[in-house]
Amino acid sequence: MNYPYYPGCSLKSTGKPYDESMRAVFTALGHSLEEIDDWNCCGATAYMSISEEKAFALSARNFALAEKHNGKGDVNLVVPCAACYLGLNKAQRYLREHDDLRQTVSKALAEAGLTYRGNVKVRHPLEVLINDVGMDAIKARVTRPLKGLKVASYYGCQLVRPYADFDDQHDPTSMDRIVTALGGTPVDWPLKTRCCGGSLTGTVPDVGYRLSYVLLREAQRRGCDVIITACPLCQFNLECYQPTMSRANHTTVHMPVVYFTQLMGVAFGLKERALGLQRLFVPFEFTPAAPESKGAVHASA
Amino acid sequence: MPALDSASNGTPRIGVYVCHCGINIAHTVDVPACAEFARALPHVTVAREYKFMCSDPGQELIQQDLRDGLVNRVVVASCSPLMHEHTFRTATKVGGGNPFMFQMANIREHVSWVTVDKGMATDKAKSLIAAAVARISFHEPLERTRVPVHPDVMVVGGGIAGIHAALTMADAGKKVYLVEREPTIGGHMAKFDKTFPTLDCSACILTPKMSAVRSHPNITLWSYSEVSHVEGYVGNFKATVKRKPRYVKEDQCVGCLDCIESCVYKVAKVPDEFNVGLSMRKPVYVPFPQATPLVAVIDPETCIEFKSHHCKKTCVEACEKDAIDFNQVEEIHEVPVGAIVLATGFKTFDAKRISRYGYGKYPNVYTSLEVERMVNAAGPTGGEVHLADGAKPRAVGIIHCVGSRDVATNRYCSKVCCMYSLKLAHLLKERTGAEVYNFYIDMRTPGKGYEEFYDRLLQEQVHFIRGRVAEVSDWAMDDEEEGRLILRVEDTLIGRVRRIPVDMVVLSVGLEAQPDADDVRRLFNISCSKEGWFLERHPKLAPVSTFTVGIFLAGACQGPKDIPESVAQAGAAAAEALALVDRGHVELEPNTAYSVEELCSGCHVCIALCPYSAIAFDKTKNASVVNGALCKGCGTCVAACPSGALQQNLFRDEQIFEEIKGVLSYV
Repeated sequence: MNYPYYPGCSLKSTGKPYDESMRAVFTALGHSLEEIDDWNCCGATAYMSISEEKAFALSARNFALAEKHNGKGDVNLVVPCAACYLGLNKAQRYLREHDDLRQTVSKALAEAGLTYRGNVKVRHPLEVLINDVGMDAIKARVTRPLKGLKVASYYGCQLVRPYADFDDQHDPTSMDRIVTALGGTPVDWPLKTRCCGGSLTGTVPDVGYRLSYVLLREAQRRGCDVIITACPLCQFNLECYQPTMSRANHTTVHMPVVYFTQLMGVAFGLKERALGLQRLFVPFEFTPAAPESKGAVHASA
Repeated sequence: MPALDSASNGTPRIGVYVCHCGINIAHTVDVPACAEFARALPHVTVAREYKFMCSDPGQELIQQDLRDGLVNRVVVASCSPLMHEHTFRTATKVGGGNPFMFQMANIREHVSWVTVDKGMATDKAKSLIAAAVARISFHEPLERTRVPVHPDVMVVGGGIAGIHAALTMADAGKKVYLVEREPTIGGHMAKFDKTFPTLDCSACILTPKMSAVRSHPNITLWSYSEVSHVEGYVGNFKATVKRKPRYVKEDQCVGCLDCIESCVYKVAKVPDEFNVGLSMRKPVYVPFPQATPLVAVIDPETCIEFKSHHCKKTCVEACEKDAIDFNQVEEIHEVPVGAIVLATGFKTFDAKRISRYGYGKYPNVYTSLEVERMVNAAGPTGGEVHLADGAKPRAVGIIHCVGSRDVATNRYCSKVCCMYSLKLAHLLKERTGAEVYNFYIDMRTPGKGYEEFYDRLLQEQVHFIRGRVAEVSDWAMDDEEEGRLILRVEDTLIGRVRRIPVDMVVLSVGLEAQPDADDVRRLFNISCSKEGWFLERHPKLAPVSTFTVGIFLAGACQGPKDIPESVAQAGAAAAEALALVDRGHVELEPNTAYSVEELCSGCHVCIALCPYSAIAFDKTKNASVVNGALCKGCGTCVAACPSGALQQNLFRDEQIFEEIKGVLSYV
């Protein structure tokens, strides 16, 4: 199937490997993602705290473009960034429930020559992979089972709360199920949806780093080989400050943090560059276990 | 009343009485103008206004006019019929009229209390008076029917509420059938160690009542039984009770336990229901030493004889009384009863539904009911409190409101958890010496001696932290937390997020309606609140009655309740049931449906729709026939009947159409 695709700003910059691996994995599974034309900010950034109406108008412009892109009927808009996914879902909910807001937004869209008929469904690729593609198809595509690889699935705060209905809000399992399908071992850990620090790593770094550190430390404590995420900001926070955290806590923090799509690509036997793995600060490489030896090997490039 | 009886065919003489209700009505409705308006309506011979129509002088106005022959039909414009319809019907009757030659116009709840503008209010009041006047010309005298009441009663559910209700009625000389689903009576209370706030032993105060049930000559105890069907109506119910086979003859077994001892299973392997799975039992078992009746029961799901038919049946050999009977079958009993008390109890909230508290994931997270068993000297650990690895806890966290006061699960307060948490805190501290932390939202301890008990716990140095716990987890931040359970909570009194490491967590689970409450509701034809609790007839003035006359409620099936409240309510339900049964007869309201048989096309639509199973198809007449005693006058069949064969007293088509015309005539 050909899905209209809204990458969002992160996937064009710090989250580029998410974008690259996302497209590669969808292609590998016989589906494709088609970026909608002329999309803009999802509205999730500072807009929301300055003016909700403007933020929702920005979201709605993307919906209008997605409808235009699709022609007619329902639009299954694939949105990988957790913040976009939350922001756009919030806009959907508010536009549906508040007539006055819908009118204001419609007026704004009309000035730009656009209309939104309300046919867009905002979908996260994780949910699309599970519900549309299916676990069997994913399993069938695996060429390098991640045997012995201990994976901590980290969902973050925005993916399953509060609008998403595809997974449990406190104990989500969709990524863990994918890990199992890939032949890996999901690690049971209680921090699946705990805050990564969000933008605090930029604004109040001490607090931000501490929040990220708690996650990394616990993953390390539980013997994880890699953390997977579905959010560009989570990935960034967890991966990029590991040396700072090591210094601050007089310890060694070393934990690869990759997008779940990158891990899928590895299991599908896709090329490192196709998955953006070469862009990682903390390198991740999976070598299939030799019989009776340890499953995972961390390259120390 | 001959003059009045023929009045439906003769000329109506209508009296209209408009009430000021102090200033409740008069403040917004021009009462004199309404009376004057009424005086000019067709057939109205008298129209009066009065300060309080419901007062004795007010009622006397109506009675005098009836006696003087000025009126033969009465309209009172005052409050809601729920309030005073009965009053004025009685006044009409006392004055010599038929109580159903009366109609009420609600100009208080429907007008003065909900309208600001006096002109509009007065106009609406006039419309409603015109409607009542228009309809009453088409009223005819009706009679309440009198039916005898069967003197026997039934109590469903053998927890403390059911036990108390059964004993009360049996002591009053009534024959009582007590039906209990489990192999023993006793309910939840039998599982508790101590009761709050007096800390007296639960078993010590309950078991004498259980034995009293067993030995009472007036009580027929049907344990391991369920009511499967109920028909009939107030005073004349017919209840069908299914007695499940326990494969042990109740009249032979003496409760010696030799069968259990000799069972081919040397080790108990089946999770013990009574100990909420904390211990194991054999396929043949007695739930607990004071079980009533003290009769063994064989669980066919796990007994080898039932699975393979090749068991050595050592139990049969061991039983000196020849009580074991593998061929026992279900027994069906059908009994007539005049009243039924439902005391079917509650279930505790499934703690797994709140995944962040880790129940089922971390072995040292327990529900309060499990801890009740653990601290019980007769429980699976003999009253010892220890962790999954056998160690004694150094610190215990008790989380209140698990499945209560929470929009994601149950919004309501389960009422008993604060107090039982205090009790468990006391017992845990007493048995283990551990630091005990209570995590609460609000401490709710109203009740005799309850606040004092809370105070006592504060004196005992139990910790109270105000805040809803965010999560129970096993991720440690430092060495002190390593290997323990950590509760993260916002302590709202100091305004900080805290991490409290403990070794054991107790989840104070809330109370929920029984999972099959909806089936039971249907069975007995009563209503449930949206949470599944059985609905009382009136929350304040009829708290143990239901909308089905003759069915009463006792205990937690009506809503969360502690033991004293359950017992009090059980006593009240028993008293109401006794009042009904001892009266010897009931009067049924005449606002029932009836069938004009020659119009019935025999389509059966009404039969399926009737929520009270009051309509049957009479094959000889080839028509649907309404049983007036069963009919509650809901009108569903009347509205649905395609041929207009079903009509309802006081709601006949012409009465309703005239009422509508009356409303519109003023507009």
